Amino acid sequence: MISIKGVSKWYGDFQVLRNCSAEIGKGEVVVICGPSGSGKSTLIKTINGLEAFQEGELVVDGTSLNKRGIDLAKLRSRVGMVFQHFELFPHLNVLRNLTISQCRVLGRGRKEAEENALKLLGMVGLEAYCRKFPAQLSGGQQQRVAIARALSMDPVAMLFDEPTSALDPEMIKEVLDVMVDLAKNGMTMVVVTHEMGFAKQVADRVIFMDHGSILEDKPKEEFFGSSGSERCQQFLSKILAH
Amino acid sequence: MFEFDWSSIPGALPYLAEGMVRTLQITFIAVLIGIALGTVLATLRLSKSRFLSGVAAAYVTIFRSIPLVMVLLWFYLLVPQLISRIFNRPNLDIRVLASFVAFSAFEASYYAEIIRAGIQSIPKGQFAAGNALGMSGFQTMRLVILPQAFRRMIPLLLTQAVILFQDTSLVYVIGLQDFFGVAYNVGNRDGTLVELLLFAGAVYFVVCFAASNLARYLQKRLAS
Repeated sequence: MISIKGVSKWYGDFQVLRNCSAEIGKGEVVVICGPSGSGKSTLIKTINGLEAFQEGELVVDGTSLNKRGIDLAKLRSRVGMVFQHFELFPHLNVLRNLTISQCRVLGRGRKEAEENALKLLGMVGLEAYCRKFPAQLSGGQQQRVAIARALSMDPVAMLFDEPTSALDPEMIKEVLDVMVDLAKNGMTMVVVTHEMGFAKQVADRVIFMDHGSILEDKPKEEFFGSSGSERCQQFLSKILAH
Repeated sequence: MFEFDWSSIPGALPYLAEGMVRTLQITFIAVLIGIALGTVLATLRLSKSRFLSGVAAAYVTIFRSIPLVMVLLWFYLLVPQLISRIFNRPNLDIRVLASFVAFSAFEASYYAEIIRAGIQSIPKGQFAAGNALGMSGFQTMRLVILPQAFRRMIPLLLTQAVILFQDTSLVYVIGLQDFFGVAYNVGNRDGTLVELLLFAGAVYFVVCFAASNLARYLQKRLAS
């Protein structure tokens, strides 16, 4: 589904990604963790072309991002993305947030788009909020709407960029519950997160990054066992300390 | 002791009203075209293409560095030849057309800067969100960024319109009868120039004061 081969990226002289490689199969759930500044968010954003890279190869669902002049918009319409700060459109109500790209990008009729939107809102438990504006919702509710919005495009894979790190602790669970359901329903997911509970529950593999490199890429049983690198164990002991 | 003579004003009201219509006409056209062209200039200015961004920057810099009176006069001298050739309509009032073009072109450079700042005030994540949903750059701009940016800019756009409303009085240099021009002529004719100009000043003040207060009110409301 997603194939990353030797991807490197520089901001000027500063190298943010170092020769990153990973294969993510259909229906797999991969969690990426690592200290801040390790390049996890940058890596996930290269997958849907929000961040360019200078070296390496990236193929998503048969489309190579290396080719010049590829239709990035088309690729992105097939890969859902959920952001740390939700990024709902504040000038549109919840329903319109979910229908606008269905109508404008996929060319669906308004009725079909709204039916689909309401179904997805029901799935994240927010059907009753469809006429509200994003500012009237809590952070957790906004993020659930954002997940529904990404799903409204019928994506073949979903990318999550720290979906719970801007949330109050009591709202994290409601968002993770939605993500767990998605994972169990077979969605291909790449999730940048520090929620190790989520990783233990549904991840197939865990990738650990530091200083722009992928240091570990292991099935979760191995990853949470004691076989990891020193740097990784150090990181885990810090975030799992409490 | 100077004695005011207001007697010529009531009779001149119909002419003054005609002049006000002309003033408002120029203002509205320049606001509309100015915002439309300003939006194009602002997006070009922010585009990744150095060439397009440079063209927009040059346009803005040039028009902001030239006095409005001169722009007006230039268009008055330039536009007639162009327009009469294109439209072939000899009875078209060239001065009106010249004022529309000059004010629109001039205002566009000011609106472009307001709109650029408005666009830049929208968080980067909104661009990413639009793109991530498969929207093209143009769609993201039109459906996501500009609606939010314009909402934030309304007070500034209105303030700029108030300035423009006052600046339209400059059309007297090309002999166009706007509100100020009519007041001036009536005053000259009847020997009551001081009264007419005081009256005209009062009208300008009332309109602008009201609009400025509206802008301030909107600013407060939009901020909350």
